[in-house]
Amino acid sequence: MVVDSALANDEIDRIFGALADSTRRDILGRAIRQEQSVSALARQYAMSFAAVQKHVAVLERATLVTKERRGRQQIVYANRATLGKTATLLDNFEQLWIQRAKQIANIIADPKGE
Amino acid sequence: MTVITTTKDVENLTLTLVAEFDATPDRVWEVWEDPRKLEQWWGPPTFPATFTRHDFVVGGESRYFMTGPAGETSRGWWRIDAIDKPRRLDFANGLAGDDGEATPGVDPMAGYVTFEATDTGTRMTAVTRFIDAAQMQTMLDMGMQEGMTQAIGQIDALLAPAPV
Repeated sequence: MVVDSALANDEIDRIFGALADSTRRDILGRAIRQEQSVSALARQYAMSFAAVQKHVAVLERATLVTKERRGRQQIVYANRATLGKTATLLDNFEQLWIQRAKQIANIIADPKGE
Repeated sequence: MTVITTTKDVENLTLTLVAEFDATPDRVWEVWEDPRKLEQWWGPPTFPATFTRHDFVVGGESRYFMTGPAGETSRGWWRIDAIDKPRRLDFANGLAGDDGEATPGVDPMAGYVTFEATDTGTRMTAVTRFIDAAQMQTMLDMGMQEGMTQAIGQIDALLAPAPV
């Protein structure tokens, strides 16, 4: 009985692994706001171009971003489909807890449960 | 009227629910402490919970199962890590096998619940923290998903303007 068969377990691990690093979260945040060239990203961080490229590659493997060559530039943009699927894992628990709170409210409102 | 808000922190794998109830903290605490009340809300309506053990003291454990529409069951356990009645409750909640005991290799979720008196009743804050995505997925796979999916329609109806 798999919930969201759209995401396999190893896929989920890659996504959360990719998000575990603050630089990668920052890169993803920038890519969500606006597509970025790898060289523009590299200027934002006190690390080598190669190191930034590696972070982008981790995000790419997790399908959180897509990288595309345009002329001499590599452009990174956010993959909204994956971002949406990731959030659904937490959404499931959110719905469960909302439901629990509603049921608690019913118990409290119903004196026969006392 | 019950006001419910949630906050999802995808990066830290944390879900926070805040609910305001028109009842004293003592009465809200009771729905956690009394297993007959607890089983009225812990499972989704289509997957009601039955607690066969509920040792509500620090270090105490609980065992429960939830029964689905086709009679299928999924089992779980709690361990109480901290109690400050009626202010705070910390507990671990994990999956159990058919024997009712913890499934090896699956870490429990951590729950931190606080109860604060307000002018109109109680503000209950329930924080659930997960270890990693695989754990979240495993928890969702445990069987309550069907009930939850069915329940989402009910929730949407409940979330319409009319108060509870």
